[in-house]
Amino acid sequence: MEMTEEAVNNERLQAAARFKAFMIKNSTKTNLNLYDHLVRLLTKVMDERPENAVDVIEDMSRELKGSILPEKQDTLRDSPSSSAALLLAEQQKALFTRAAGDEGDHEEDLVESPLPNVAELAFFFEQAGVDLGREEMQRVFLALKQLVDAQCLLRCRFWGKILGTQGNYLVAEGEFREGEGEEEEGTEQTHEDEEREEEDKDETELVEAADPTPKSTYKPPPPVPKEENHTGVNKYTYFVCQEPGMPWVRLPMVTPTQITVARQIRRFFTGRLDAPVISYPPFPGNETNYLRAQIARISAGTHVSPLGFYQFGEDEGEDDGLRDSYEENPNFEGIHVNEMAESLNLWVHHIQHILTQGRCVWVNVTKKSADDVDEDAEEEEREEEPDELEPEVGPPLLTPVSEDAKMNDTPPWSSMISTNLIPQFSTAVLRSNLWPGSYAYASGRKFGNIYIGWGMKYIGEAYTPTILPPPQNEYPSGPEITEALDPSVEEEQALKAALEEQTAALDETEDLEDEEEDD
Amino acid sequence: MDSESLHYSLDLAACNGLTLSSEQRAALQTSLVILKRNYKFSRVLFWGKILGIKCDYFIAQGVEDDEMKNKKSLYSLNCMDWHLLPPATESMIADVALAAQGRFTGDPSHEYEHTEMRIKGEGDDATEEEVTVKVNEASRLATAVSNIDKDASVVPRGAFTKSPSGKVQTNRSFGGLDPIEAAKLRNYLHFREPVNLKKKSILEMSHLNPAIDFLDPLSEDIPKGSWSLQLERGSTMCVLRSLLWLGLTFFHIPQTPQHGHIYMGDGLMNLDLPFML
Repeated sequence: MEMTEEAVNNERLQAAARFKAFMIKNSTKTNLNLYDHLVRLLTKVMDERPENAVDVIEDMSRELKGSILPEKQDTLRDSPSSSAALLLAEQQKALFTRAAGDEGDHEEDLVESPLPNVAELAFFFEQAGVDLGREEMQRVFLALKQLVDAQCLLRCRFWGKILGTQGNYLVAEGEFREGEGEEEEGTEQTHEDEEREEEDKDETELVEAADPTPKSTYKPPPPVPKEENHTGVNKYTYFVCQEPGMPWVRLPMVTPTQITVARQIRRFFTGRLDAPVISYPPFPGNETNYLRAQIARISAGTHVSPLGFYQFGEDEGEDDGLRDSYEENPNFEGIHVNEMAESLNLWVHHIQHILTQGRCVWVNVTKKSADDVDEDAEEEEREEEPDELEPEVGPPLLTPVSEDAKMNDTPPWSSMISTNLIPQFSTAVLRSNLWPGSYAYASGRKFGNIYIGWGMKYIGEAYTPTILPPPQNEYPSGPEITEALDPSVEEEQALKAALEEQTAALDETEDLEDEEEDD
Repeated sequence: MDSESLHYSLDLAACNGLTLSSEQRAALQTSLVILKRNYKFSRVLFWGKILGIKCDYFIAQGVEDDEMKNKKSLYSLNCMDWHLLPPATESMIADVALAAQGRFTGDPSHEYEHTEMRIKGEGDDATEEEVTVKVNEASRLATAVSNIDKDASVVPRGAFTKSPSGKVQTNRSFGGLDPIEAAKLRNYLHFREPVNLKKKSILEMSHLNPAIDFLDPLSEDIPKGSWSLQLERGSTMCVLRSLLWLGLTFFHIPQTPQHGHIYMGDGLMNLDLPFML
């Protein structure tokens, strides 16, 4: 009896030993064996005691296999790769260091600095539900400080953020002191252009002398001259950067053509300033100019302030509609928040409206253009030219927001209070429906404007691109060129027969007359 | 996004500009917990905010065990009182597409009307009838939520698994995408019933893992370029924005399981997208 039990046990032990040998056999692919793996896995389970171990056992097994390192000693060492995060962090580190030489300037800091209080702005807008994230706003604050230190600005403001498909723009608005901040790049470009034009002229003159090509009679409409620096649309200068900490790039002045074309196209920003803007009607410029044009439109359309915060200076003349400057009213006492949220009369625009021409102040383009080459034109012809343009007038500065036009039955503004539960400390928030992303808040004596969005207007209906104009006539149509049908044989014969009848009739009458005379 | 991670996820998704004020966040934290208990959801998500002209709607969604079936949507005007939205049926979607134009008004009982002349009958008996379609703003809201979910709800690849029985559940061992993988659009999937998956050839499907790749990737969307993938904060956070539904933001921090999407906008589809790209 014992022998058979022993024999059975022996067999079991042998079977177990065989199975263990099977488990210890190394896999041909990965050089691991099942036995060691199971040992490690169960040890891990014993150590960690995870919840619902049976459900996660496969994941643990997989993790374990992945974490077994081959024992090799590499003589090559990995050099630390600089990831994009590291590069950005190094640049942003500069934001947090105080520039050398600032240590003795404590007095200057207490004097009014052009730096706006972005933290306060961020707080009020957060009450309204508009925010970029606290840390991001803090970085923006520091980046603005960098900008103010680098350029001598009279006033500076965080304008907002424009989103793009591959990158975003942070925009800051600055106002220079009078006389400063002129662009130097314009003159350099004209020199280069003039040189090129002279070379081209030599070549074309030779060709033309041999065979004059027909000149086109098309006269493009004269370009509207752009507004001067510091006035109208170009009153403020704008700086953009991609992330706080990167250097600020100054945007050029905007021209009226750019604004009129920007009103007709609808494109996303890509996030690269040198990207071309391919559209119809063709946009004169690249993304830098398109960005500047949209910023100008948004500022003109949606920058509002409480009534009474700004007032006209007392030295201004009495002309209506020509006032373009305002100053802060030192006696402004805030309007109650409930009233601000309910009636739109209490908000006024403080940026001049942009006319259809693309400027703030109208200019008659057809009069007196100095380049008019046509000396043969008499004065009468000039008067017959397309009707004198009527001066375009826009709403004067500081008009209340309630006068804004609706778009497709949508009121142009939505106003609300930030909180209903604690009305005495709430802020009034105004949200634009025409430019989604534009917000304004007012609380007591403070107010602010910001834009965070894609940079596009709400049109209400589907966008239809401008249709191409019909092709021009190649030549004027006149009688010598118009085709006429040649008469067919029957018609010619009929005509001939009719003529013969006529002559025959004439001969007869002549004969009759002759006969009468004879008589 | 998950209601439990709401307080820090909102900061991450805030790069679009819109967030919730501190009062609204606090209110949500209390009311969503109560909502979860009342409706017996296993997970409550804060879906987002639709801006109306007078008032804004806050939308929340609740899911039960299976993440894709039986999603219920609720709306509220003040983050405290929640009302159930009707499920969006085909006929409702068709009616809303016909009748509702322009922005949401902010009044849930507002009715949109659309009348058109339809010819009924055949041949000589044809009579013209005026057919009026009336749509409630609540139905319009429900269809907007369902359309946005269908087109634009995003999850990273590997975050959800499908068990052999067909149940879709969160993958507890999802460690996040690699930073290199996170920059590729094909690692993000639409969280809806797959449309293109069944049309793929067997050769293409051999590369896919049926437990993870049971959804459509974003890279197959038409038109190409309707998603804007950006790495913010120096590539430590990946942000996806939909250009078709302006206002939908999806964020994911690579190598961590944190992800979420939220919609904050006016609830209108951007039909001009092909002109704008």
